[in-house]
Amino acid sequence: MAAVQETVDRVRRIDVDQYRYGFETLIESDKAPKGLSEDTVRFISAKKSEPAWMLEWRLEAYRRWLTMTEPTWARVNYPKIDYQDLYYYSAPKPKKQVASLDEIDPEILKTYEKLGIPLREVEVLEGVVRPEGERRIAVDAVFDSVSVATTFQKELKQAGVIFMPISEAIREHPELVKKYLGTVVPTSDNYFATLNSAVFSDGSFVYVPPGVRCPMELSTYFRINERNTGQFERTLIIADKGAYVSYLEGCTAPQRDENQLHAAVVELVTLDDAEIKYSTVQNWYPGNSEGIGGIYNFVTKRGDCRGNNSKISWTQVETGSAITWKYPSCILRGDNSRGEFYSIAISNGHQQVDSGTKMIHLGKNTTSRIISKGIAAGVSQNTYRGLVTAHRKATGARNFTACDSLLIGDKCGAHTVPYVEAKNSSALFEHEATTSKISEDVLFYCVQRGLSQEEAVGLVVNGFVKDVLQQLPMEFAVEAQKLISISLEGSVG
Amino acid sequence: MNVVVAKTETGRAMSDALAIARDRLAGTGKVADYRRQAFDAYAREGLPHRRIEDWKYTDLRALMREVLPLAPAPDAPALTRAGSALKLHAIAGARRLVLVDGVFAPKLSELGDPEKGLGIRTLREVLEAGDAGLHTQLFAPDNSNPMVALNSAMMTDGMVIDVADGAVLTEPLHIVHIASGGTPAAMVTRSMLRLGKDSGATLVESYIAADGAKAYQAHDSLIVSIGNHARLDHVRLVEDGRDAFNISSAVVTLGAHAHFNTFGMTSGANVSRYQATIAFAGEGSRVETNGVNLLNGRQHADTTLFLDHAVPRCDSREVFRAVVDDRGHSVFQGRIIVRPKAQKTDAKMMTRALLLSDDAEADNKPELEIFADDVTCGHGATTGALDESLLFYLRARGLSEKEAQALLIQAFVGEAIESIANDTLRELAISAAQRWLEARG
Repeated sequence: MAAVQETVDRVRRIDVDQYRYGFETLIESDKAPKGLSEDTVRFISAKKSEPAWMLEWRLEAYRRWLTMTEPTWARVNYPKIDYQDLYYYSAPKPKKQVASLDEIDPEILKTYEKLGIPLREVEVLEGVVRPEGERRIAVDAVFDSVSVATTFQKELKQAGVIFMPISEAIREHPELVKKYLGTVVPTSDNYFATLNSAVFSDGSFVYVPPGVRCPMELSTYFRINERNTGQFERTLIIADKGAYVSYLEGCTAPQRDENQLHAAVVELVTLDDAEIKYSTVQNWYPGNSEGIGGIYNFVTKRGDCRGNNSKISWTQVETGSAITWKYPSCILRGDNSRGEFYSIAISNGHQQVDSGTKMIHLGKNTTSRIISKGIAAGVSQNTYRGLVTAHRKATGARNFTACDSLLIGDKCGAHTVPYVEAKNSSALFEHEATTSKISEDVLFYCVQRGLSQEEAVGLVVNGFVKDVLQQLPMEFAVEAQKLISISLEGSVG
Repeated sequence: MNVVVAKTETGRAMSDALAIARDRLAGTGKVADYRRQAFDAYAREGLPHRRIEDWKYTDLRALMREVLPLAPAPDAPALTRAGSALKLHAIAGARRLVLVDGVFAPKLSELGDPEKGLGIRTLREVLEAGDAGLHTQLFAPDNSNPMVALNSAMMTDGMVIDVADGAVLTEPLHIVHIASGGTPAAMVTRSMLRLGKDSGATLVESYIAADGAKAYQAHDSLIVSIGNHARLDHVRLVEDGRDAFNISSAVVTLGAHAHFNTFGMTSGANVSRYQATIAFAGEGSRVETNGVNLLNGRQHADTTLFLDHAVPRCDSREVFRAVVDDRGHSVFQGRIIVRPKAQKTDAKMMTRALLLSDDAEADNKPELEIFADDVTCGHGATTGALDESLLFYLRARGLSEKEAQALLIQAFVGEAIESIANDTLRELAISAAQRWLEARG
């Protein structure tokens, strides 16, 4: 019970609605003027020294965005967002060109230290030793809108892997960016994705060349720091034929009173026999116990299994954000391709989660698997919304979906909205969903054996989400497990 | 009367439609106001289309395009045609209430001996009489659903049935809707069944057509209230003509410790939609709702169920089966809502689709909305083809491909039919399924 005791201690130290990562880094930052117009788009593009075609691409997206309306179908409520009241670009003011980690603003490094991110190469994660040597992670840390440091560049270069901020990639590898950017999530895709296309400031770009197994896990940490800035990052990951890459994403944001908008776009492309594993742990500020503040997380994530026998796997642990609107999806275009979605979505306090996935079966013998675990506590609303569809030519498509919800307390809601569409007789789809509360018998059993009520709940919840936790890379799994316990504190008793 | 009631676009000439149909629509004063309000609600929305979430899979603007003018009251030849269609579907020992082209046909009906505690009137009578309370109940269904609103505005006739407290009916009630097949037209009907405390009844609804009936439209609705400790067994068989449209709604309310067992089967109609709202208003009640869609050709059938658990300690079970052949399209949308007070709810929903051809389509949307924590809720959905190994097993024992398929399909839909408590009605459903299988050849 050491792990649980540790959690309890930790929680005792921090009050329930004292967000662990709620600190603010006071550094000068370079902002675009407030509001959104073509000038803002031009400003961002100029800041990034982008080529003309990129600016044109952004402007086209911006013009389209003006004609669109905000989606309302999700089960989330929030006051109308004033898009003219936001800063669309915020970067730590560059003192000089950064050549090594030592030159980075120590304030920023300190921020990451508090977050516990192994930014420095020497900081290999504790206790994770693989037989063939130490496991290392390359970090591309995104501080507000700009990638401040990218580590392990040299070693990745040797393997031929390109891992850099997308703004750099636009300059250095325009042919790759041009070929893939916006092909999975087109600029016209949805309101938030279109907005992102117009004003995205930075993000990560990964290209793994044919036959290469990326020698290390790639990782990025996002942090929203500046007041009233939307963070619009854009991630593009391409695994060429036979390549493999595992990508980790973690997010935190300092405590803020006003809601902050986060509208990211993530695009994954796998060609023949390639595989991408994308893991997210999201613990952005969820707002305080009255439901004030917190992040609006409106994210479009989509993977395209373009090649035959390719695979994309999404794993997410969503514990933060006031509002989550997120549907990591897989387009299973190549024959025999496979899509996976493993999700833990925890909502407490006044959080609202509307999340799920889309599995779009287009190729022959494509398979997909969805495991979703929703846990609702406090007065939160937790919705699973998913689509599984097989098109006429998707012969032999298979899907298995299990979405389970756990309710803690009688003021929260758990909802399941699956869409199952079969247009091919050989498609075989199975879907099951259950909703229940933690059984009194089980709790009684645990308490009788000396566990506290909270420890017992922690134990049951960890068992409930085990299927998904197992899919996370080791170092994330440990963090996620702690996060889950912390998120649920105060919900029992 | 040759005016199209509603084009796909709203507006233009719409409001005239109600005025033109005026002489066919019973009721004055308050009733006329209700009709006007409902019609305005419909006119604002027009036919539902796929951008409306609830109608995502059944886009009536594309499928139906327009609402036809009201069918004229049936003349003697029409009644004769309807009478011969009726023969195949009559149930022995049932009280038969026949509506031809949306008008009650006493000659074809079989009211039987009066029974204590049973009152049967036509909708027209009730609307023309001055019972304001009853009128309110008749116009209670929510006008926000455009097809319900249209039905409220244009309903011509139907049955209003009352079962008194403690009365348990010995004979089933059988409402038969027949399209006589004159000109393509719309029949708009509404029926109501009110069961008192400790009462019991069996209701069968059939939708059929006379030979040669073309692209007619049946717009029907049913309002049911089941009193405390009462029980209703309900069977609904849609065997409309193959060019027809059937858009039906039901609103069912259950008191405490009541029991509602309902089964619906759709094998007819070109495009059909059955939307039912079942609400628990008293504790300790139980609902079993089962359905089967048997589709081929280019048939499109949509079953949309909404179960509203508003009070504690109620159970619901939904079992749905779809068999889809050729270019058929089956839709099942099941929504269960468990409201904050509805603790100890036990709700289960299972929907399965069997696709027999590569062009067939089955869409399932089983939805759970849960606001109470001490509940057991679950749903399942599967889609697939017939099991090859089972087919092989049967073929190896000398059955033809078709026979083997028929046997497996029968077993598949049998799971839903099984739940019909009444033996006669179960046989009725089985024979309707068999008719479909035989027609399949």
